[in-house]
Amino acid sequence: MSTTASLPVRLEALLGRNRVGATEDELRKFMIGGRIPSAVLKPRSAQEVAETVRFAASEKLALVCCGSGSKLEIGMTPQRYELALGMAGLTEIAHYDPADLTLSVDAGLPLKTLQMALKQKGQFLPLGVPGGESATIGGTVVSGIDSTLRQQYGTARDFLIGAEFVDGTGQLCKSGGRVVKNVTGYDLHKLLIGSLGTLAAVTRLNFRTFPLPETCARHLSSFSDAESAMHFRAALLSSGLPLSNLEVISPEFSAVAAACLKAANQSVPASPSSSGWNVYAACEGHEAVVRRIARELESLTFAARAKKSETLSASVGEALDDFMREAYDHLISTSPSVVLARIVLPNFTASNAMEISRLAQGGSFRCAFALRAWGVAYLALLAEAEDAATIEELSCAATIVFATVAQKRGTATLLHAPLAVKERVGFWSAKPPDFLLMQRLKAVFDPQTIFAPGRFAGGL
Amino acid sequence: MEPALIRELQSLLGPANVLSQKEDLLLYEFDGSVEKARPEVVVFPHTTGDVSRIVKLADKYQVPVVGRGAGTGLSGGALARGGGVMIVFARMNRILELDLENRRAVVQPGVVNLDITRAAEHAGLYFPPDPSSQKSCTIGGNVAENAGGPHTLACGLTTNHVAALELVLPDGEIVRVGSRHGDAPGYDLCGLLVGSEGTLALVTEITVKLSRKPEAVKTLLAIFDDVGDASHTVAEITARGITPAACEMLDGWTLCTVEDYIQAGFPRDSAAVLLLEVEGLREAVESQAAVIAKICTTNRAREVRTARDEHERELLWKGRKNAFGALGRLAPSNYVLDGVIPRSKLSEALQRIQEIGKRRGFQIGNIFHAGDGNLHPILLFDPRDADQFARAIAAAQDIIRMCVSLGGALTGEHGVGMEKNELMPLLFSDADFDLMRRIHDAFNPDSSLNPGKVFPLSKCCGEIRVRKASRNATARK
Repeated sequence: MSTTASLPVRLEALLGRNRVGATEDELRKFMIGGRIPSAVLKPRSAQEVAETVRFAASEKLALVCCGSGSKLEIGMTPQRYELALGMAGLTEIAHYDPADLTLSVDAGLPLKTLQMALKQKGQFLPLGVPGGESATIGGTVVSGIDSTLRQQYGTARDFLIGAEFVDGTGQLCKSGGRVVKNVTGYDLHKLLIGSLGTLAAVTRLNFRTFPLPETCARHLSSFSDAESAMHFRAALLSSGLPLSNLEVISPEFSAVAAACLKAANQSVPASPSSSGWNVYAACEGHEAVVRRIARELESLTFAARAKKSETLSASVGEALDDFMREAYDHLISTSPSVVLARIVLPNFTASNAMEISRLAQGGSFRCAFALRAWGVAYLALLAEAEDAATIEELSCAATIVFATVAQKRGTATLLHAPLAVKERVGFWSAKPPDFLLMQRLKAVFDPQTIFAPGRFAGGL
Repeated sequence: MEPALIRELQSLLGPANVLSQKEDLLLYEFDGSVEKARPEVVVFPHTTGDVSRIVKLADKYQVPVVGRGAGTGLSGGALARGGGVMIVFARMNRILELDLENRRAVVQPGVVNLDITRAAEHAGLYFPPDPSSQKSCTIGGNVAENAGGPHTLACGLTTNHVAALELVLPDGEIVRVGSRHGDAPGYDLCGLLVGSEGTLALVTEITVKLSRKPEAVKTLLAIFDDVGDASHTVAEITARGITPAACEMLDGWTLCTVEDYIQAGFPRDSAAVLLLEVEGLREAVESQAAVIAKICTTNRAREVRTARDEHERELLWKGRKNAFGALGRLAPSNYVLDGVIPRSKLSEALQRIQEIGKRRGFQIGNIFHAGDGNLHPILLFDPRDADQFARAIAAAQDIIRMCVSLGGALTGEHGVGMEKNELMPLLFSDADFDLMRRIHDAFNPDSSLNPGKVFPLSKCCGEIRVRKASRNATARK
């Protein structure tokens, strides 16, 4: 491989001076796990992305596609990292047909900007994901980050109808289309969701859009222990009430929420500041429907003997909803050392939810747990120190959690952790049974192994 | 085909599970499409192990393999284009597990679509994808083709309801992809496999997601004197952000034919009807039905009827789902097309279909999933008349080209198969084909599984590299 010293110069020759950044600040913005790229590329079109990828492939340079950089820490640190491919210059809404509820948008457009454009037509994309003002639509989809609206609308997998992307040979490819029902060709865009940029550089995404709900309601109830909260959750799930979100949250998780709301000068609902386990339920849609759900929620909380229960006022409800959506960002910035794991079990009963949330207790760190309606739980270990002993303690706790989850035939993924913990524990609790097929796919999409090599476990 | 392979298959599965006589094989040279191709041997495995061993034998004798469910597919996906061994999953038809608490069913590929719902409905659950053939088509075929149906408008296609699969790869290896409880770590292989039309692997076990039956359902029949008005109604319902559970259109000519066959209560003197269904909580259903009825009336619907009870509702759906059968009485053969357009272009598309019909000399009926822009024009013809057959194929291609020119796609739910593989370049570039071909080859390097499907023959993965396909295979080029 040629030396990286002259790399920015050669890239400037290829793409033009204004498309290449190599200042310390620019490079640091896209640092991953302590690794700093040699150059930041700023393509303005899919063709320029393709040219960059062809160049990287010919020189076997590893590149990482970056949006705003808000989720770059998800996954392992890439084994090699020479180029940051900044997608922020691809921001066109190429096609939006509100009457057809279809959309085609460049990967670098911030989700927030996109939502504002859709809102003008009374529509939205039901992605309740963290990332604040800057997270891009491409990064959101490729990171596979969970949406708080999933219970009602599903995940990106359910409304992504097509994509354009550059594969590892530098070819601009597409799959799907711009119609809401389509089985023409292989569904390659599904592979890109949650691929952490290891398969291709996504340049454009096509979605079906949704009408903004008429109204919404948020409800919070508090229980003396996890078991009662989990029973209430089960009662809600079997009631068939169409909720947009439903989360059981531990006292520590509630404390983080209360602190965040307070810091933002938001009034804090009575329940999260209390010591019990809380259940947060949200619904949205037609006014009569929301009214009925709110009514039934009240009577179900009464039957479940909640300590406290309230339908939140619009402003408090919105603030808490914002917290829930941004929980990932809040949790990872709440303490100096944070381990955040995503856990899926075949069956989240009260007892195994309790077991998982207690596993990590007893150390010098706090442990926050939240279980979402669709059976995905988040466990955050929050430590106030960064010293070796703390890292050791966090590693041990995470290892125990991973082992227990594997024993219960579930899966755990390390979303965020100090580097040393990540290296000790790994990204997955267990290698998936279809790992060999994944390796074959990686080789097909990225024959020179240039896309974020090793960002998934096992070198993918 | 080498007699030794047939003997080995017989000793593996028992003679009752192997068919190799010409008169037996004739049954398997058709599916629901207009294509035809005869396998050289048909086998009926009972277990995943059987499938794996059959595939290994086929590999040993270098003959191609194609999987088949009930043979109701409409794109030739389950035809033995390269001859060879056809694996019919009809006897792998057990529901292995029903996990009502977690709303999952683990089933073998030969289980009939509707039987999954029948097994789960006592608990208030059902399997949403509902192709018209749901009383006979199998879940394995649904997975291969990513099948849809009227209710996919709100519920999505098969891919949205499959959590995990067990696969047999062309070398006989057995692999599981996806995760029963969802959110499998790593790449979404399940998402790739569903709809890959049997060209990547054979599916031997499927974990499906079950859904809760809605609290309330309302079925409306809106009657129009003008097809354009019906199309505008669909466009307006869509534009207003209302997603009914189903939104089907039947044109006047089709309606009369259906009424002759099944007295579903469709008016004989209308230009088109919309069969609309809303479901969910009572409050939502009431308000949506009222808004939809108003939109229909504003768009000059002559009448909007509401099914008074379950019997009336079932009758309307019976009329819709048996429409293809009704049309089958009019001519020796019919060709059900499948194309997709943006919903806002419905009116224009229907007009152009009529123009194409006139030009090619056919009366074309339309009975389709209007709500998601999924057209099903139907051509009636006599396949023994070479000229008619050629004109039918040409008209079909005109219609699909028209769909693409309006911003649509080649197929909404039937698959590409060997019906539209040569039309794929209308949508995909050489770069797209190159990537899809490399993915194909990563799973199915010798094109031993379902050769000659999906890809245009000129773009490889087709006959060019098909194993020494049989001399007596009757593939129609």
